[in-house]
Amino acid sequence: MTELTVPAQAGEPAVESGPMVRAEQVHKSFGPIEVLKGIDLEVRSGEVCCLLGPSGSGKSTFLRCINHLEKINAGRIWVDGDLIGYRERGGKLHEMRESDVAAQRRAIGMVFQRFNLFPHMTALQNVAEAPVLLGREKKATARERAAALLERVGLGDKIGNYPSQLSGGQQQRVAIARALAMQPKLMLFDEPTSALDPELVGEVLDVMKDLARDGMTMIVVTHEIGFAREVGDSLVFMDDGVVVESGVPREVIANPRHDRTKAFLAKVL
Amino acid sequence: MPVETDSPERARPEPIRAVPVRHPGRWVAVAVIGVLVAMFVHLLVTNKAFNWSFMVDEMFRPPIMAGVRGSIALLLTAMLIGIVLGVVIAVMRLSENPILRGVAWAYTWFFRAVPRLVLAILFGNLGILWARIEFGLPFDRQIGALFGVDDFEARLFGFSAVDILTGFVAGMLALGLSEAAYMAEIVRAGIQSVDEGQTEAAQALGMKRSQILRRIVLPQAMRVIVPPTGNETIAMLKDTSLVAFVPVSMELFFQLRAVGSRTFQVFPMLVAATIWYLLLTSVLLVGQYYLERHFSKGVRRSGRARTRLRGVAAESGGTTGKAGGA
Repeated sequence: MTELTVPAQAGEPAVESGPMVRAEQVHKSFGPIEVLKGIDLEVRSGEVCCLLGPSGSGKSTFLRCINHLEKINAGRIWVDGDLIGYRERGGKLHEMRESDVAAQRRAIGMVFQRFNLFPHMTALQNVAEAPVLLGREKKATARERAAALLERVGLGDKIGNYPSQLSGGQQQRVAIARALAMQPKLMLFDEPTSALDPELVGEVLDVMKDLARDGMTMIVVTHEIGFAREVGDSLVFMDDGVVVESGVPREVIANPRHDRTKAFLAKVL
Repeated sequence: MPVETDSPERARPEPIRAVPVRHPGRWVAVAVIGVLVAMFVHLLVTNKAFNWSFMVDEMFRPPIMAGVRGSIALLLTAMLIGIVLGVVIAVMRLSENPILRGVAWAYTWFFRAVPRLVLAILFGNLGILWARIEFGLPFDRQIGALFGVDDFEARLFGFSAVDILTGFVAGMLALGLSEAAYMAEIVRAGIQSVDEGQTEAAQALGMKRSQILRRIVLPQAMRVIVPPTGNETIAMLKDTSLVAFVPVSMELFFQLRAVGSRTFQVFPMLVAATIWYLLLTSVLLVGQYYLERHFSKGVRRSGRARTRLRGVAAESGGTTGKAGGA
């Protein structure tokens, strides 16, 4: 649907078999309240998809469904062709064991609004912890790579600092490096800049732009219209648990078709 | 209003040298306390019932020292059982499995309901139930009878209950199992104090529940767990004196009382007990201090406390220390 400048990186041929993320009729309720009322979404490999919408519209919940932090009540979600959270056998769905869910999550990085860094570990330990614990890498190589990742997000000099010694923007950049350490195919960002002081937003967005340029598939829940317009390949506007409209960010932002989108953009622009 | 600190024309105002508020009540308190302390010291020095020289002679004798070692061994083993089992029960209590939750609840219910003294005596008398304790196939005799075999026994090893369950082991089990119930509640509170976002972040990285508990949640919960555990350890040190009723003889209080009743010098030996427990508790307090410092890693180094101190100093006129009287 969208034509985009595919990053000229590593020279991978465009023989993508299917979308990186496919969601079909995703429903989610918390008790009697239905938060997601049938979400359909496709995100291609290398695409940056921005989810916009008023608070309470279900965008964060949807994001958390993609890596099974929330169990969906109906519908299906596939990431890179794998059904998330369940196994389909003989026309019946079987819940996955905890270890299989964990294995699926390793391919999906997530960045939280409140950073959620491990406060008892230094920046380096935060980044190197999962690869070592999950037996991916030897301690020495993991530490080397963690240092390189921190360097990449511009924190090469903060390796030994504890999260409480870092600013919000720095913490969020460590959190991004931590997610990248697992070499994910997909990155989920849950309002990554909403908890930051205004002057710190830019440094985090820069890291995310850099990632997008490298061809990372990203789904970003955000209120940063500028980021969506500049970096996003697609924009999905959600309200009240449904996708109201979607399309190329520039067009949706310039000419919203739906009244609810217009009303929202009028408030945030 | 901007204040230009470096402009040469505006001289820095003279620092405030106000007369501090007087506190006459404090001087009265000092006088009263002084008199009371003097009376107490007078009592210690002049009252013959203390028999200090006798006490000092006796309180470091070999049997007493063996009692001290016994009490410390009991403290360490009981706390070890208490902490390890307490963590297990806390995790069971927070499990999604209703059976594990139920078992954990029942355990805490039982061992918190029964006083330690009663438990100690009860465990000391468990030998009444079995002459021997043996391990093997459960209900072996009944199963044998079912298949028409008389005296079918499938036991791997065993030992005489009287040998094991009297004395030290009974006391250790009574104290350790009881402690586990209290530790379980402390550990549970600690685990629940850790922000849910920590678990989510770890899950999102693909860690399994056991890994999250061990590497992410428990280390952070320690900050909440360690201080009450220190209190528990100190309480346990004192409760080791209960095993005198098991009876265990290799224990500090038992040994001191034995000397007291043998020599008819009961009171000096009670004072000796007080002094010994004070000494041992003080050692534990030092250990607790270092443990707490270790587990506040990442929190204490934040400099947040220091900033707050600076803030306080700024509020009270910029001079730390001088604010003391307020």
